[in-house]
Amino acid sequence: MSSKKGFSRRGFLQGAGVGGVLGTGLLEREAEAAPAGAAIAGPGAVPITLTINGKPVNLTVEPRVTLIDALRDYVDLTGAKRVCDRGTCGACTVLMNGKSVYSCSVLAIDAQGKSIETIEGMTSPEKMHPVSQAFWENDAQQCGYCTSGFVVACKGFLDEHPNPTEEDVKHGLGGNLCRCGTYMGVRAAALQAAKQMKGGKNG
Amino acid sequence: MANTPDYSWPPMGQRKVIGQRVKRLDGPVKATGRAKYASDTKPSGMLYGAYVACPHAHAKVTSVDTSEAEKMPGVKAVHVMAPAGTEIQWQGWEVAAVAALTEMQARDAARRIKVAYEAMPHLVHEEDLSKAGANARKGSEQKGGDADQAFQQAEAVSDGQYGFPVITHCCLESHGSVVQWQGETASAWPSTQDVTGYAGQLAASLKIPATNIKVQMDYVGGGFGSKFSPGAWATVAANLSQKAGGRPVRLFLDRQMEQTIAGNRPSAFAKIKIAGKKDGTITAWDSASWGSGGFQPGGPPPQPYVFVNIPNYRRVHTGVSLNVGPSQAWRAPGNQAASYLTCCAMEDFAAKIGMDPIEVFRKNVNYAQPAFQERYQFQLSKAAELAEWKKLWHPRGQSGAAPVKRGLGVAVGTWGGRGHASNCRTTIHPDGSVLVEIGTQDLGTGTRTIITQVAAESLGLPVGAVKLEIGRSDQPRDGASGGSSTVGGVSTSTRKSAVNALEKLFEAAAPALSALPEQLEAVDGKIQVKGSPAKSLTWKEACRKLGTASIAEMGSFNGRNDGAGLSSEGAAGVQIADVSVDTETGLVSINRYVAVQDCGTVINPKLAESQVYGAIIMGISTALFEERIMDRQTGHMLNADMEFYKLAGIGDVGDIVVHMDIRPENDSKGVIGLGEPPAIPICAAVGNAVANAIGVRVAHLPMTPEHVLNTLEGRNA
Ligand code: FES
Ligand code: FES
Repeated sequence: MSSKKGFSRRGFLQGAGVGGVLGTGLLEREAEAAPAGAAIAGPGAVPITLTINGKPVNLTVEPRVTLIDALRDYVDLTGAKRVCDRGTCGACTVLMNGKSVYSCSVLAIDAQGKSIETIEGMTSPEKMHPVSQAFWENDAQQCGYCTSGFVVACKGFLDEHPNPTEEDVKHGLGGNLCRCGTYMGVRAAALQAAKQMKGGKNG
Repeated sequence: MANTPDYSWPPMGQRKVIGQRVKRLDGPVKATGRAKYASDTKPSGMLYGAYVACPHAHAKVTSVDTSEAEKMPGVKAVHVMAPAGTEIQWQGWEVAAVAALTEMQARDAARRIKVAYEAMPHLVHEEDLSKAGANARKGSEQKGGDADQAFQQAEAVSDGQYGFPVITHCCLESHGSVVQWQGETASAWPSTQDVTGYAGQLAASLKIPATNIKVQMDYVGGGFGSKFSPGAWATVAANLSQKAGGRPVRLFLDRQMEQTIAGNRPSAFAKIKIAGKKDGTITAWDSASWGSGGFQPGGPPPQPYVFVNIPNYRRVHTGVSLNVGPSQAWRAPGNQAASYLTCCAMEDFAAKIGMDPIEVFRKNVNYAQPAFQERYQFQLSKAAELAEWKKLWHPRGQSGAAPVKRGLGVAVGTWGGRGHASNCRTTIHPDGSVLVEIGTQDLGTGTRTIITQVAAESLGLPVGAVKLEIGRSDQPRDGASGGSSTVGGVSTSTRKSAVNALEKLFEAAAPALSALPEQLEAVDGKIQVKGSPAKSLTWKEACRKLGTASIAEMGSFNGRNDGAGLSSEGAAGVQIADVSVDTETGLVSINRYVAVQDCGTVINPKLAESQVYGAIIMGISTALFEERIMDRQTGHMLNADMEFYKLAGIGDVGDIVVHMDIRPENDSKGVIGLGEPPAIPICAAVGNAVANAIGVRVAHLPMTPEHVLNTLEGRNA
């Protein structure tokens, strides 16, 4: 779960008055992997291509637009939610190259060249991923606003930890918050899904 | 049919669908991210809104200049809510708003609105009443019996101070809506606890007929009492929409504003003295309490709580008006504070006389309302058994020499939970399909599932054979989901509506079965003659007898007496916290938490347990971590985010044991709401467990290392 770090990237960039210049340590690292010439973009809207759920998607966004806002407002993938908008709650979790990230803390332009998997790509009511199925069976959702983030984070966690103990689950999903108090269901769901994913080779 | 049909629930042992652990019907859409919330809604042409909020806790607006903002790219409308001359009473007060093509453009433009203020003196703290000055308003003293004499003659007197800070609802979906207002009509997609009441409230501020406002809400991302009214927010979105030529506008609070102004639970502080005998009998109560619900100071929490008939008492409450965002109803308004103050003071009395607090609660249970006395005795025993109280409890402070101390604490709660007025329509079509409609909302409590189970049970069908539609202003009127009133309301109206529809179906099917309608029953997908199941029609065959005319029957509940014992009020619960306190770091952790709870007839035990788990987890979060921190100098909320306003995570809540008290004597009461009752005792149980562990009372919640260490080291916490 080390890829989940809170960065106040947008406030930082704007506060520093540097528009779309890639300035933080995190972003520099990301920039190394980006194509040459991508180090400066904006401040106006720029065309970008994101790979979302296996398909290339072309968008025109300002460099300061976060991945969560790009997904929700430009692509209408609204499963991931924007709640704290500051890397604390996990409601915006998506998988980037297979790892959980807070999509409120990633700029859309920096997500280019990565494979982005959202809850919509991972599971559907008609063909539920074992994690979703386990969330349903263990009643791991009430209002449901945190649930997409939890389900995606749970998949990301189980992909890396196929045999978790309950203690592992508490640590592994500690980056997601729920106000309705569904944690008992989530613990049981994560353990059940782990069993099923091993048996069914799903995920 | 002249006679009223028998609406009463089938006997406990004969229910087929009610009482089953049916999985939440909206689980699949929620667990796959497909549930659409108001904040996900994007009608075509939608604009994004952004606010300008006042940075001062108390100020007068001297000018608002929007000219530059109006010229910014993408801006379609600017609306001023607080023009020059407005006196602002808290930080975060909405001054103006902008609608633009993108959210970034709206925020950029909002920053260009120039507002000038004349700052005024503010007060944002209430713990120290001596500093509240004229903002403190003392109520009149209430007395009963002879408290003075009882205190003089007491064998023992305990006294203590207790405090309970303001906390915020922190709904994950912030407050807001998408609104489209064109001329005389409007559409709203709100995040609300009150679909039925929404149009009327919005109509009053838009000055158009309520019938011209369409409201739709499928899912809401948390409310907990803070989302009853459209608030100023919907009006602002509507005004922006109209100014933008009728394009829909999405306007939700950002997290900082959500934390600052969208709702909170009032604080409660008290100095309490209890007099009593060495055998545990309490003889007198004396409390001086104070607290603040924001600019409106708010009323006193009911004290003494549950043990309401303590014969000699004196109490007085002081409300403090502060320059902070207003309080909103919070899951069991007043009762969390009441339970905290009373149960902590009683535990201190028990410690004073060296008695087990459970025995003190038992000893005084005859001060509770008669209907609850036996139930509390039972629940105290059951909770003690589940928490291994006999084995694990020790007299206060006798927790060994090791730095980590373990302790147990007990507390009680009660709540009415009577159903609200509700109307339901059941339609049976000739093809056998069934539609149930209610203008209600499912807050995540399981309302959809409950209604469907009641309809299916009543019609002798499986859950999958009933289609349910909720969440629209044009459906039969229900009430606001507050005060645990939904389940009693919708289950009663649904039962009546389904039974009424079934009576009509019996009339249509009776001739084919050579029977009278009143001789028929609906069982396992068949309409059959009572006592001779061989004479039957399948559900579909029976419905075909309707010809081309569908049945559509209403069921109504007036919110008082349903005449059939379907729903009532009065839930009780006992909870025990088992904690460990590290006296070197001040860290409190929950080992186990036990809740015993009744709520009358339980329609779905799985969802009922989820309600209790959820209430406890939220409560543990408030007891251990949550507190609004205000800066005296600036009047700002310092932790208006989710990083420094900390919610409990999945590893912070220990193991939780829930026992639903579903004994026949409780079941016979009918359905009683469950959202509030289990949310009440947690702060008190945790506070008492900490006192039991470390030997002294930590006066103020939350049980943070700061408060615990200050108490241990004798600093004034
Ligand atoms: S919205 Fe991204 S972590 Fe909270
Ligand atoms: S289910 Fe409501 S926030 Fe988690």
